[in-house]
Amino acid sequence: MTAHVAEKAPRTAPAAPARDKGRAGKWVRLVLLLLFVLVFLIPVYVLLVTSFKPLTEADPTQAWNLPKVWTTEAWSVAWEKLEPGIVNSFLLAVPGSLISAALGALNGYVLSKWRFPGADVLFTLFLFGMFIPYQGVMIPLVQLMVNVGDTLGVQLYGGIPGLVLAHVVYGIPICTLIFRNYYVTIPDELIEASRVDGAGMLRTLWSIVLPVSGPAFAVVIIWQFTSMWNDFLFAVFLTGPSSWPTTVMLNNIAGAVTTPYSQQMAAAILASIPTMIIYVLLGRFFMRGLMAGALKG
Amino acid sequence: MTRVRRWLPGLLLVSPSIILIAVFVYGLLGWNFKLAMTDKHDEIAEIPGNFVGLENFTGIWSEERWGLSVRHAIVFTLVFVGGALVLGWFLAFLMEKGIRAESGFRAVYLFPMAVSFIATGVVWRWLMNSATGEQAVGLNRLFHYVGLDFLQWQWFRDPGWGMAAMAIPAIWQMSGYIMALFLAGFRGVPEELREAARVDGCSEWGVYRHVVLPMLRPVTLSALIILGHISLKVFDLVVAVSGKQIITDVPATFMWTAVYDSHDPAKGATIASYIVLSVAVFVVPYLIWDARKGKRS
Repeated sequence: MTAHVAEKAPRTAPAAPARDKGRAGKWVRLVLLLLFVLVFLIPVYVLLVTSFKPLTEADPTQAWNLPKVWTTEAWSVAWEKLEPGIVNSFLLAVPGSLISAALGALNGYVLSKWRFPGADVLFTLFLFGMFIPYQGVMIPLVQLMVNVGDTLGVQLYGGIPGLVLAHVVYGIPICTLIFRNYYVTIPDELIEASRVDGAGMLRTLWSIVLPVSGPAFAVVIIWQFTSMWNDFLFAVFLTGPSSWPTTVMLNNIAGAVTTPYSQQMAAAILASIPTMIIYVLLGRFFMRGLMAGALKG
Repeated sequence: MTRVRRWLPGLLLVSPSIILIAVFVYGLLGWNFKLAMTDKHDEIAEIPGNFVGLENFTGIWSEERWGLSVRHAIVFTLVFVGGALVLGWFLAFLMEKGIRAESGFRAVYLFPMAVSFIATGVVWRWLMNSATGEQAVGLNRLFHYVGLDFLQWQWFRDPGWGMAAMAIPAIWQMSGYIMALFLAGFRGVPEELREAARVDGCSEWGVYRHVVLPMLRPVTLSALIILGHISLKVFDLVVAVSGKQIITDVPATFMWTAVYDSHDPAKGATIASYIVLSVAVFVVPYLIWDARKGKRS
């Protein structure tokens, strides 16, 4: 959907028309944009400054000041408290995003290049899964995981495998969408030629389609990693204390009245570092995921 | 027969995903609605609960807390959707003709999208601290610094318009994304079209009014759908900023307490059903419209 828009957008702005009211307008716009940058960065300033303050400077009158003494005290306490959650988040998001990408590639390939009757309707039915508020499936999902776990003798509910399963399943729509929109751009003749040469569906996927799928994999893996890392809803319903990911632990740390602000803020930064690194280094792919249909909360 | 052989392998390859979506999306949604129509108000009992029709759906309106959470969701939605749409559009408007360091501006406005509501909630709770006067921290303190003490208020603890304050972090988080959507929309308007309008004697404002704005309608619709469905299921942000306080209760947090504090599955399922319905009434027509449009093009 929005992907069509994104593809059309040129990378650089069209040259400003000659009759553009000129420099004054440009400066006004630049100043306004800079003002918004300042506003957008207020929370970042607060996070950084507060996290480096010693407890003695927790006084409200110094709330907006730079620390007089810079200390990493709060950071080490926050790290100690948050570390198990960060480990769990990696155990969740790394396998989860890889499985999601594999499923998305298969679905996207079939729905764009190896279509069967009703493929369009099916795709729309998939897309609805992207928009549903997950609250609507949460209570039965917990029940289902308990039941299936009991029957099979494995622990699904309360552990990380169950959380991975949930994210993979509810990630199918967006991953399928991204791969499908990407594969649509591969010329049908290429697939047809491969067919004529006697290659089957999987053979074509392996030797023609997958070798050019790098960007789509990057978009999907980054997208899924970020949403799994940042998810709170599934985590809070499906996991127990030993498998809490970062968000739940952070919420517990920050929600406790006894936790000083400096530690809360340091923990919030720590919890955001992995996705921020991805954003800074691979922002291009992150953006594409967003535009492709971040139509998901 | 040969035709079947042509598409059957594709269907088989997608079938795992079809089964997963059928069970986990549609099956569990159905299960949830079914549960909402029973009197299973106790999770300990092994009995499945008796069918009571729509009793829970009507009965919940007599609960004061439900009315409150619906009111909160409406206020939040109006402020958040309106605010993010206007701010996102305005930022794109400032940037659309090209501006120095455009990618830098975009990176700043968009970075909150890469971070979880739980992490940003930590800093926003501090910024929107309700203490005033001597004890004021956060934005109230900032108002004091610049001599605007009269602006100090209770933020999200304000009984009347607290949810409008709750929308501020959400606007901060999402307006960069809306900006990106609008920017792509702006850039999708062919320069020749604008030029033609100018040749016909349109003023710059006229070009906007009659050429650009009508062409932004599809993007605006996408943005509305995205913001609307995020808004109606908002959960993480509210939990991170204010926890389970009734003063900021929304349906999603009410459902959470119904499940984990009141241990009332039927009530939780009823609230979840309402959340799903509120999103489905506009997402389902949108998806059908989108699918038809896709077929035409």
